[in-house]
Amino acid sequence: MAIAALSFYVFAFITLFAAVNVIFARNPVHSVLFLILSFFSSAGLFVLMGAEFLAMVLVIVYVGAVAVLFLFVVMMLDVEVVASRKGVARYASVGGLVGGLLLVELVLIVGGRVGGLPNQTAAPVLPIPEMAERTNTQALGDVLYTDYILLFQTAGMILLVAMVGAIVLTLRKRSGVKRQNIQKQTLRTIDEAVELKKVEPGSGL
Amino acid sequence: MTHLDLIAFAPELLMAAAILVFILFGAFTGDKAARPVAIAAVVAMLIAAFLVANQGTDDGNFFNNLVAINDFTGAAKILILLVSAASLFLALPHIARDINKRFEFPLLYLFATLGMMILVSAQDLMTLYLGLELMSLSLYVLAALRRELVRASEAGLKYFVLGALSSGMILYGSSIIYGYSGATNFDLIAGALTASDGNNIGLLVGLVFVIAGLAFKVSAVPFHMWTPDVYQGAPAAVTAFFAGAPKLAAMMVFVRVLVGPFGDLTAQWQQVIALISMASMILGAFAALNQRNIKRLMAYSSIANMGYALIGLAAGTPEGVQGLMAYMTIYAVMTLGTFAVIMLMRREDRPLENIEDLAGLINQKPRMAAAMIIMMFSLSGIPPLAGFFGKLMVFMAAINEGSSLMIALAVVGALTSVVAAFYYLRIIKLMVFDPQPDELDHKDAREWSITAGVAAALLIVLTLGFQHLHAWFVGASAVLFTG
Repeated sequence: MAIAALSFYVFAFITLFAAVNVIFARNPVHSVLFLILSFFSSAGLFVLMGAEFLAMVLVIVYVGAVAVLFLFVVMMLDVEVVASRKGVARYASVGGLVGGLLLVELVLIVGGRVGGLPNQTAAPVLPIPEMAERTNTQALGDVLYTDYILLFQTAGMILLVAMVGAIVLTLRKRSGVKRQNIQKQTLRTIDEAVELKKVEPGSGL
Repeated sequence: MTHLDLIAFAPELLMAAAILVFILFGAFTGDKAARPVAIAAVVAMLIAAFLVANQGTDDGNFFNNLVAINDFTGAAKILILLVSAASLFLALPHIARDINKRFEFPLLYLFATLGMMILVSAQDLMTLYLGLELMSLSLYVLAALRRELVRASEAGLKYFVLGALSSGMILYGSSIIYGYSGATNFDLIAGALTASDGNNIGLLVGLVFVIAGLAFKVSAVPFHMWTPDVYQGAPAAVTAFFAGAPKLAAMMVFVRVLVGPFGDLTAQWQQVIALISMASMILGAFAALNQRNIKRLMAYSSIANMGYALIGLAAGTPEGVQGLMAYMTIYAVMTLGTFAVIMLMRREDRPLENIEDLAGLINQKPRMAAAMIIMMFSLSGIPPLAGFFGKLMVFMAAINEGSSLMIALAVVGALTSVVAAFYYLRIIKLMVFDPQPDELDHKDAREWSITAGVAAALLIVLTLGFQHLHAWFVGASAVLFTG
């Protein structure tokens, strides 16, 4: 238990530290690196809660794809460090408003939790299995690949249509484009490539 | 998932497998693949129809209650597969002429048909939505397939944007239904509706959104505005497909949703459907009067015909559903036949679209003109032909239902068919009595004449064998009303 508590505090501290630094770092690249750090430590927090699937998805999707994408954007756009700080005063009111709204919502949710949820008489359609019997990765797999396999496969067909459609509507054959044919290149022999000319001395070419 | 699920879904699996095999074959073979793939796709659809007819399992729900297999879905799937196969057959000559030999063209037909099969089997709002999207996405691409033509791009874009809007409405309605019933499954929704004890305003609001979305797919007024532009912009072969199978599928799923889980709300949705139906019949009849372009004319005609078919749904009785099924079947035959004749209107290998180009057709192509005359008489509902029986059945269903609203609907239907008869008969007058302008192309593709001939023959044969068709639909619609 002590280890769990200790890890929680470590992860929580790192998450908060990184999150604050995302905002206050002077260099945008550092901001994104801090963002990645906060993703990683949030993933650690998820693992502590027993939500290992969320942790994996967070690392794979956010760190693996989104954060790297951010990093590329930041590096390519060459954002001016000073320029990005200019609007702070101007947008502070809007940011404060959004933040305030989020705070109110959080208070309402937490308050609702404490005050008790409304009575739920109907049995849940998809009950959550006991964690000891079925891990949540397995439980999600059950839903996706067993219960709703038909929908999963149909969605796959829809994506295939999207792909076929995109190719049909955009692919065109261009004339006059020289393409590399690697097979043709490698199969070329000396006989085809080099021609020996016997030049008589004194006659020129 | 058990092996029974797979057996029950064998036709759909066959279609999906065919798509994957054909994609690979086409990718490796290139342009040469277009025609073989198209022919193979027609064969695959026919085999799938055969599999549906010889279903290997008992009726019931499969794949964790996501789909239902019963007589109604079976009948709907057979009709959809046959109509799709016929429209692809009709499009065969176009692949070389107008489609630039794209092998994706038949593949998109297969995708759309697979979507329709899933759609009519849906026993869950999620299955319904995915089936609908699979169908619609393929149709958007088909509409825009000739991207070098401005009009085709416009048709595709318009269809896509408005179609996405309607999908959004269905999704929004589904989420409201889910919120108020706690389920997406049709049986559970029906249970929640029974348990709600009249306190079901939330479900009703959700249902209205779903109706609006589905009305868009069948192009009923006031959700019809895309139809004329899309019909005109898409190649004639594609328009023939749009007018047949997708309408049939959307109509069938309309019936399954409204009569199935929302059967208890019949008194409420009846008014909505009656209004949509009446508006479609009136607009379809009057807006077509001034159309010179035959594809736009057929678009308004299809709007009007959806109105007639919806009378059967508005009645909400087994008789009404049988009427709707019969009407849609006969309508699909008539449209395919008509489009076969439209396709042979070519001069110097360019498609023509004005109705004046049909003038004097009887002198040049007497057999095709005869087929067209049968089709037009049938569309206007003149007695000995099958189109009359379709109209008769929906009107009878409306009158037997007995409420004043339904009787008014039948009266409006009868009056508007008189108005609509004008533009159908004008085409006959043009073909028979008017002088011939320049000659049309002499060389017609066999596929067009075969389709037109078979359609015309079917309209006469269906008249004689109408009680067999009727008996089939009686059996198919019975399952909807037992639960």
